[in-house]
Amino acid sequence: MNFDDTPQEAAFRAEAKAWIAANAPKQYEDELRKASLGRVQLKGANILEVAKAWQKKKADAGWACLHWPKEYGGRGSSPIERVIWQQEEGPFGRLSSMFIIGHGMCGPTMMAFAGEEQKRKYLPPLASGEKVWCQLFSEPAGGSDVAGLRTRAEKQGDEWVINGQKIWTSGAHYSDYGILLTRTDPNVAKHKGLTMFFLDMKSPGVEVRPIKQASGASDFNEVYFTDVRIPDSQRLGNVNDGWNVSLTTLMNERMSIGAGVATGFPELFDFCNSLMLEDGPAIENRAVRAKLANWAVKASGLKYTSMRAISALSRGERPGPENSIGKLVAGSMIQDVATYALDLQGAAGALNGPEDAEVAGKFQAMLLRAPGTRVEGGTDEIMRNIIAERVLGLPGDIRVDKDVPFNKIPTKGRA
Amino acid sequence: MNFDFSDEQKQMRDEARKYLAEQCPPKAVREVLDGKVPYDKALWKGLAEMGFLGVAIPEKFGGAGAGHLELCVIAEEMGRALAPVPFSSTVYLAAEAILIAGSDMQKQKWLPKIASGDAIGTLALFEGKGNPSPKAVKVTANGGVLNGVKKPVADGAIADFAVVAARAGSSGRESDISLFIVDLKAGGVAVKSLTNIDLTRGQAEITFKDAKAEPLGAAGEGWSVITQVLDRAAVLMAFEQVGGADRALEMGRDYALDRIAFGRPIGSFQAVKHMLADMYVSATLARSNCYYGAWALSTNAGELPEAAAAARISATQAFQHCAKNNIQVHGGMGFTWEFDCHMYYRRANAVALGLGSLSYWEDALIDRMRKKNAA
Repeated sequence: MNFDDTPQEAAFRAEAKAWIAANAPKQYEDELRKASLGRVQLKGANILEVAKAWQKKKADAGWACLHWPKEYGGRGSSPIERVIWQQEEGPFGRLSSMFIIGHGMCGPTMMAFAGEEQKRKYLPPLASGEKVWCQLFSEPAGGSDVAGLRTRAEKQGDEWVINGQKIWTSGAHYSDYGILLTRTDPNVAKHKGLTMFFLDMKSPGVEVRPIKQASGASDFNEVYFTDVRIPDSQRLGNVNDGWNVSLTTLMNERMSIGAGVATGFPELFDFCNSLMLEDGPAIENRAVRAKLANWAVKASGLKYTSMRAISALSRGERPGPENSIGKLVAGSMIQDVATYALDLQGAAGALNGPEDAEVAGKFQAMLLRAPGTRVEGGTDEIMRNIIAERVLGLPGDIRVDKDVPFNKIPTKGRA
Repeated sequence: MNFDFSDEQKQMRDEARKYLAEQCPPKAVREVLDGKVPYDKALWKGLAEMGFLGVAIPEKFGGAGAGHLELCVIAEEMGRALAPVPFSSTVYLAAEAILIAGSDMQKQKWLPKIASGDAIGTLALFEGKGNPSPKAVKVTANGGVLNGVKKPVADGAIADFAVVAARAGSSGRESDISLFIVDLKAGGVAVKSLTNIDLTRGQAEITFKDAKAEPLGAAGEGWSVITQVLDRAAVLMAFEQVGGADRALEMGRDYALDRIAFGRPIGSFQAVKHMLADMYVSATLARSNCYYGAWALSTNAGELPEAAAAARISATQAFQHCAKNNIQVHGGMGFTWEFDCHMYYRRANAVALGLGSLSYWEDALIDRMRKKNAA
């Protein structure tokens, strides 16, 4: 058991460090370091442009999508090299947040199911950030129950015609392409009639409407499809085998590699270190310390859990369902940490303006964003089901619609 | 970087697990639980023969000289099996204190006896209520003899010797505290067994009346040694706790699969599944913190104080959480004497206190993080 770099790892680290020092957009470093969780904004600059420029620079020098094969725009790096890169990239890594879905989910799905020519055409510009991708899975009728989706795809000659609606689509408003899960046969059980495609988001008939979220931000969208045409050559996997294709995507989604899940703990610790309460510094208050200690060990537990996962990956083991733990723990923790940070501020904790609020309103922003973290990418409840069923081997939930043809499944409660 | 035990260490774990499954089944634990014997003597001898008692003791002092990572691996299995032997008091506390502060002669005298199972040792630190603190040490050391009362002392009634923290000065500073080795079978020592919530590991009160004491380490440096011993023991104990937590989770899982209610295994109900998933989460976070502690312990890293506190807190919480909810999953059966659930519940709650309570370690962790931050 050791934390030391091997000579090879040390050489990689030195190379990465030197390149980042010479090339990173340092004028934004401070702002990126201070940015609140879940939302990165830059004053006086378009975040998307800054992010794209940094990604392109990385790609040109061979530092983008490190673990992808070189021919698709990556570097063919080991899992540990990815972690080393993340450590060295530091706050600049936050600029990659708009590419997470493309790099983490769409790319791997394309790699597994697209044709060779398509991979060489679409993957390098995805890796370099020139083209942004989104993932069109969730629907009003199918959130956690992804397979309950209703967007139809009907074959007409060499094309498929798409009609329906997606929701909760992160980044659709600035995406160039998307992967799309559709229903191609409503007469069979719900998991058996799905098909996956990829499409150009600028296709006629695609309409993106941003959703104003509870936090006030608009990171997600509704996407409407009206007679959108997709060539059959853009189908991923076999007709009606979309469920299996989507499982590849979702498995990649949960495989959160790196020691980077945001918990809010470092921010709270710093805050308590500087905050004065009525009877002295917050950090010297026994009750505050007990709270901090509880979160400290959760944060370090998550950090070392992911390091164990990386060690397993580098031995050639596959990432398993135990990786669901990161989001499950971090989601509630951010929410609790933010609530507590406001509690420590008393009545003034409710103030949100950057001028009035402590730490420029960071914890208020965290509080308002946190409910989303517990839902997106699988709710806490789904994460617990995954752990219970796939790690502990407990029986699956009873699914009364499992063998019922999709078009016979009831659609309303209390009918 | 490699954040895992080696194949050899894992092999050792398998060996220890297999050995303990055979030699320390719940039936053996119950012999001690029911008060028939104060500890499992045969198991103690067997552990010595397997080389487990001296796994981290250097070869020149009669040990196996393997190291602390190996000791962590064994500790986890001891916790898993609820081994009713004075392993933690002898190996994590007494042996570590001697390893840290002992003279060559003291090491020659005690460590081979520990490794061979011929001497049971303990640390006599506490004096009634409260957490580790130099101020709480009232037992006096004067002219080579000790006077005063220590309680609770883990395994004190079966120990042959104790490392005792005593007050040798009156400056009111940490430097008043020195350590001594006391032969508990000698004159001037009275030992009384105390009942406690974990019936599988004894606690005692030890009264010293002009009891002869041999200094351990430099005078006035006792508290610094105690702090180091507690940090090391915190990591080792945390592995015991993770072993116990894992076993409690496993028991709950197995019962949830077997027990049918309302026509289904109870493990198919989300309320039960989610409780078990949360047990898994706490045990996993604790295990990861323990691995970090193991690394810090085995390399004697500057991070050890912080890593030890984190492992201790996380593992204490996980074991208590898993032991408590294991009973909940079992329902009424879990609260019967015949089922083993209560043995884990007892151990989880007793072991949570033995090195200072949870709140003590919470305080220590933040203190240490703060110092590191300021540095």
